[in-house]
Order: sequence, then C-alpha cells, then structure tokens
Amino acid sequence: MSEAQAQMSEDDADLAAAAGGASIRTAVVTTGGDYSSPYPDQVLENVLENVLIFLTSRRDRNAVSLVCKSWYRAEALTRSEIYIGNCYSVSPRRAAERFRRVRSVVLKGKPRFADFSLMPPDWGAHFAPWVIEMAEAYRGLEKLYLKRMNVTDDDLAVMARSFGNFRELVLVCCEGFGTAGLAVVASKCRQLRVFDLIEAEVSDDDEVDWLSCFPESGTCLESLIFDCVEFPINFDALENLVARSRSLKKLRVNRFVNLEQLHRLMILAPQLTDLGTGSFSPQDHPIDQEPDLVSAFTACRSLVSLSGFRETVPDYLPAVYPVCANITSLNFSYANITADELKPVIRNCHKLQIFWVLDSVRDEGLQAVAATCKDLRELRVFPIDATEDNVGPVSDVGLQAISEGCKKLESILYFCQQMTNAAVISMSNNCPDLVVFRLCIIGRYRPDHSTGEPMDEGFGAIVKNCKKLTRLAVSGLLTDKAFSYIGQYGKLVRTLSFAFAGDSDLGLKYVLEGCSKLEKLEIRDCPFGDSALRSGLHHYHNMRFLWMSTCRVTRQGCREIAQQIPRVIVEVFRWNQILEEGEKSDLVDTLYLYRSLEGPRADAPKFVNIL
Amino acid sequence: MNNLSESGKSGMNLKETELTLGLPGEPRVGKACMKRVFSETVDLELGNSGKKDSSGSGSSMKKESATSRGKLVGWPPVRAHRKNIMTVKSGKYVKVGVDGAPYLRKVDLELYNSYEQFLSIRTVLDEKKLMDPVNGVEYVPTYEDKDGDWMLVGDVPWKMFAESCKRVRLMTRSEAIGLAPRPETKCSSSSS
Repeated sequence: MSEAQAQMSEDDADLAAAAGGASIRTAVVTTGGDYSSPYPDQVLENVLENVLIFLTSRRDRNAVSLVCKSWYRAEALTRSEIYIGNCYSVSPRRAAERFRRVRSVVLKGKPRFADFSLMPPDWGAHFAPWVIEMAEAYRGLEKLYLKRMNVTDDDLAVMARSFGNFRELVLVCCEGFGTAGLAVVASKCRQLRVFDLIEAEVSDDDEVDWLSCFPESGTCLESLIFDCVEFPINFDALENLVARSRSLKKLRVNRFVNLEQLHRLMILAPQLTDLGTGSFSPQDHPIDQEPDLVSAFTACRSLVSLSGFRETVPDYLPAVYPVCANITSLNFSYANITADELKPVIRNCHKLQIFWVLDSVRDEGLQAVAATCKDLRELRVFPIDATEDNVGPVSDVGLQAISEGCKKLESILYFCQQMTNAAVISMSNNCPDLVVFRLCIIGRYRPDHSTGEPMDEGFGAIVKNCKKLTRLAVSGLLTDKAFSYIGQYGKLVRTLSFAFAGDSDLGLKYVLEGCSKLEKLEIRDCPFGDSALRSGLHHYHNMRFLWMSTCRVTRQGCREIAQQIPRVIVEVFRWNQILEEGEKSDLVDTLYLYRSLEGPRADAPKFVNIL
Repeated sequence: MNNLSESGKSGMNLKETELTLGLPGEPRVGKACMKRVFSETVDLELGNSGKKDSSGSGSSMKKESATSRGKLVGWPPVRAHRKNIMTVKSGKYVKVGVDGAPYLRKVDLELYNSYEQFLSIRTVLDEKKLMDPVNGVEYVPTYEDKDGDWMLVGDVPWKMFAESCKRVRLMTRSEAIGLAPRPETKCSSSSS
C-alpha cells in the first residue's frame, strides 16, 4: 500500500493537452528561433519558465499548456514529471520530444481486469520501447513508477546503466523480470533510495542472490519492499544490507523471513516507520530462546505502518501491542485470524486510518473496528474463501457497523456473500466523505437478502448522497434503474466497474450519457450491445479506456465505432473462446477501446484485432 | 505451451458466462416480472444472436447448470496472488515447550498419525536438555486441551488428542504429579 496509490485514481488529462498541443506544434518550429522574437516576449518566456517550475499539479500544467504557443513551450520545458496513464496513448518518441527535461516518469500499461486473468498474458504493455527512448532522452531520470507493465531483465539492465542519478524504482503489478534484473539494479544504481516491488510477479529462474548485490560500503536506501517475492532470499545478505542502510525507513520483507529473523532486523533498524513482517511465524527448529518481540516493537517508536503476517500463528500477535497506539496503517489481509484474535489488537488502534483485513474476522471483528477506529479512512475486507455461497462471515451487519462507527470513511472495498440495501443506504448517509465505494457481492445476481429486492436503491443512494464519489464498483442483482441513478447523480465519477448487472442497453446508455467525467469503464458479463456502445460516441475521446468482455457487442458494432472516431483505438480479441461446431457468432469476446495519438500499435499479438 | 492449456480451460469457462435467457447459478429470488423483462429485452435486442440464443438456450442452460459449479474466470475479482497465498498455510499448529527452557517449537499435528510418530520429535528437545548441567531430570509430556485443562499425553486416542490439543509442554515429573488423565479432575498447575 504505497502512497502512490493516491495517484492511481487521478485522471490523465495529458492527452487532451497533447492533442491540443499537437496541432499547435505543427505551427511551432521545434528548433526554435525561426522567427525573431521581440525582446519582451523572450523575457516573458524566461520569467514564465521560472514560475512554472513551481507548478507541480498535472492538471494545472495541462491547463497552462493550452494558453498559447509560448506557454506551451515553457510548460513543456519545465515539466519534470510525466504521467502516462496508458502506455499506448502516446509513443515514447512523441513524449520525449515534447517534454525534454524529465526526471520522473509514471507509466501504466494493462487495464485492471488483466489482474483477474481476463487478459491474455502476452497482450503487450512492454516497457522496452520506453526504456530505450528514455535512455537517450532522459539521461537525468531519477524516478520510475511502472504499473501493469511487462518489464524484462534486459529492460532493467538498460535502465540501470543509463541513468546515473537514478533514485527510485517502484514496480506495481509488473511481470516479466527476475532476480537477474533485480541484481543489476541493486549493483548499478548507487544512488538508489527506493526499491519497491508491489504485487509484482518476480521469477526465480536465474536464482541470483540479488540482495547481495547492493553496494558494500553502504546504501542510501530509504525504502525496500519485496513482500510479494514468492521464493526464499538470502537472509544474511538482507541482515547485512539493513545494517549498512542507515536511512532505511520502510522495510517489507517476504514470507520467507521468519519471526526470529524479523527480530534481528528490527533490532538493527528501530528507526523504521513502515514494517512488513514477513511470515510472522517462528522457524521450525528454534536454536535459541524465543525472541523478545515486545521489546523490539517497543523500540520502534516511529512505526506507523504494519503489514505482512503472511503465516501468522495468532499467539504471537500480542507482540505488536506496543505500536498499536501509533499506527495509522495496518494490513492484516493475509492473516487468517478470528474476531477474538483481532480484538485485543484493534482496540488499541485509535489512530488507524487504513485497515486491510480478511473476512475471517467476521461481522463481529468489524464491529470491533467500528468501535475503536474513529479515524478510519480506508477499509478493505478480502474474502478468505472466494467461492460463491449463500452465507459468508461478513455481511450487511458488518457494513452497517462500519458506517456507524467510521464516519470519516473515504474508501471501501468490501467482499461479502450477502448484503441489504438498508446497510448500503446507511453508509451513504453516515459517510459523506466517500470517494471510493466498491462492493463485491460474490454471489452473482444476488438481491437484497432481507427484502428480495434488487440492490438498485442502495447503489442509488451512494451516488446520490456521496457528493465526492469518483470511483464505484457495483454487484448483486441490479436492473437498469441502478444505472439510471448512476447516470443521473454520478457527475464526478471517473472510474466505474460493472459485472453481471443490468437488463438492457439502456443501462449502459444512462451511464455514458450521464457521467460526463467518466474516464475508465470496465464491464464484464452485462447485456449491453451495439446500441449502447454507440451512445458513448461523443465521449470516448475523453476517456482513458472502455473495457467490455462477454457482453453483447458485435464485431460490426465495434467497427462502426472505430470508423467514426479518430484517435481512438478499438481492439477486439477472442483469445480463449473456442467456437462450437457450426456456431457462427458475430459477438466479440473482449472489446478494449482507448484513445491514442498514435495509430494502431505495432506490437499487437495475433489474437488481437485492431479495427 | 501454457497458453494453450490455459486457453482451453478458460474457453469453457467463458462459455459458461455467456449470457443466455436463463441465469447461471442462483435461482432468482424476487419479482417474477423482472425475469420476464430481462428475457424480453434480450430477445428484442439481438437479431441473429437472439435466434442463436433461443434455439440454443435449452442446451446452453443445461450446460450452464451442469457447470455452474465450475469456477468462473476472474470472479470474484481477487488477484490470483492473493488467492494462492491463502491456500498455502494449513495444518494444526501447536506450541511445544519444555519446562525450564525458554524456547518453544511450533509443530503441525496433522503431520502425525500416532503418538509414536509425534513423541519421536521430542528427542530433539531431549538432546538439548541432556546438555543441561541438571541431569537425571525426567520429563513428562502434557498438553492443554480445548477447555484449558492440562492433561497427560497418551491417555486418549490420538485423533481425539490431535483435535483438542492447544499446546504441549514437557513438564518435569515433579510438576506433573498433580495431573490426572481424567478430564474431570482439574489440575492446579499454574503453567499455561
């Protein structure tokens, strides 16, 4: 859970500016000095540049760049961080030509549904063309944040040797690299402060001991996160590394670090503010006395964030009591614990703002959270058993309790088997600050379990009462009415997620016609067809993407869209659908549509058709 | 390679999720009229595709109900990494400690089928104890059961023991004197 998450939901309006800018640029000579500028104009531009250096907000900068040619130029020269929400929306060359002095790059690839196996593995989002371009254009690059990109060891090697002042590498949900790539980064990037692997898939084929590759004399490391690495590491090397990284503030180890080892690390680094505890389980053959974890935790006076607990045996949880009063972020989402095991911990966490937990704690556990955590801003409740069932350990009862206790809630992700409109309405009334509301009723088409009604009114209340809402994910039995509410009230909504919902094309029409700020729309298994698709024609160029899988859109319908809007790429694929004998279907399996300044991408695999 | 087997499996699953006139999985609780509305709109919307559905609806529905217990691809939307992690840890772990020694060992009772197998691991701890200057101390395995009572290990059938055991302690014979094999007799031992 890095703070970069806050950025993830922000929209990418770069492209609008770029699109506008592109036409301006054709009139502006790139080499400059083609027209003899009067003295005052040049001075103005210099002044502007000096002022713009202080402007950090992306949206503000986009607005600035649209004022006039000279402001466009000045802004382009002073932008030091570029944010590319879809790596296919603009080519590396075009980005590098406009923004020449960039020190930080945020680059995102695949859409979110790729996380749930809905996208074929070799679809694209390759980092390679970007790193090659940046190696030439951005020699001073310091920070790189990649999300859902395919990154190879070679890419990491190019990166490591090209940027002498490289400081921060954050890889979120990326794959394609392994220990060899990590080793190159560790050994070559001598100024590295941040090395974060978050939910990334790292291969161990090469079996390189990457932790031993950091500089011997000492490192500038402030953050080292590798809790997603699913193979053992060299603990001695890690211990040594922590000992010689005096600036280390964040350390999240993986589940192959046991309790005794964790203790040794904590003794070395009591200055930590963020700790990922690994397995939090003792080794099988203890050679020494049980480590004094309580003292170790007591010594970490600055600790505000705790996670890990991958294989925890609840007996050891009391060791964290000394830090409970101070922590603002707690991730128990890998800890299979009961309400009784949670309570003694949570009742001390008065400052808690972010809490991730497994539904093993049941409604009762959530009630305990509601009773203590009055400052809670973000809650995520994950299912321990992800199969559809009639009842589950958490329900409307837990949601109701949270809504009554945690009035400052801003973001919620809640998996359950059953829900009621009343509880959802209650949350809409009690938690006016909600920005993100994601409810996943695991049983598809499940109505309100106490009234038998669809869940329309609950979600309707959310969009109506939560005036700050920008992200919504719906579930349960939903008719077109729910969508009409979303279209009518969801004026600030930027991200929408629909699955197994709606009655007809009307549903999608309401949304596409009503949600004027919509940027990301992901839909699966809904009865929306070509007519609904057409109703968004006016809006697609304002969106980052539209994803529709297993809906009712036809190839012809998609082709029409592709023909009617320039600068929008329409990809259809049918990568794992086996047509039955004699079956002829015009329905597309997956439609992925996104705006782009470039033409169809050259790296699309065979099963992807770009219309 | 991997893709093919993956695609084959997912191909079937996606077929399952393809919309037909009926709904997969759960029976519709709620207004019957809603169900009608849904199927009407599906009919209206789809030209050829509708025909395909109505003619094939019988078989698709049958297929769906037959395989509705099978897993959908990507549903619920929990990342594979998270799903995998939860299946890693299982077993029944209990702490095994020795009187006088501060260390504990975590043991998975599910790995053993009999007292013999289980008690054989004790020898590792015994060896340690033999190095102790205090010799000739005899140890007796005891355990705390679900009710919080301390009992001697070995009196109940292995399965019963494995189910009710919360933790194990090797007590010195002198300490264990107060313990009786019968659950009714509560022990006054303070160790826990």
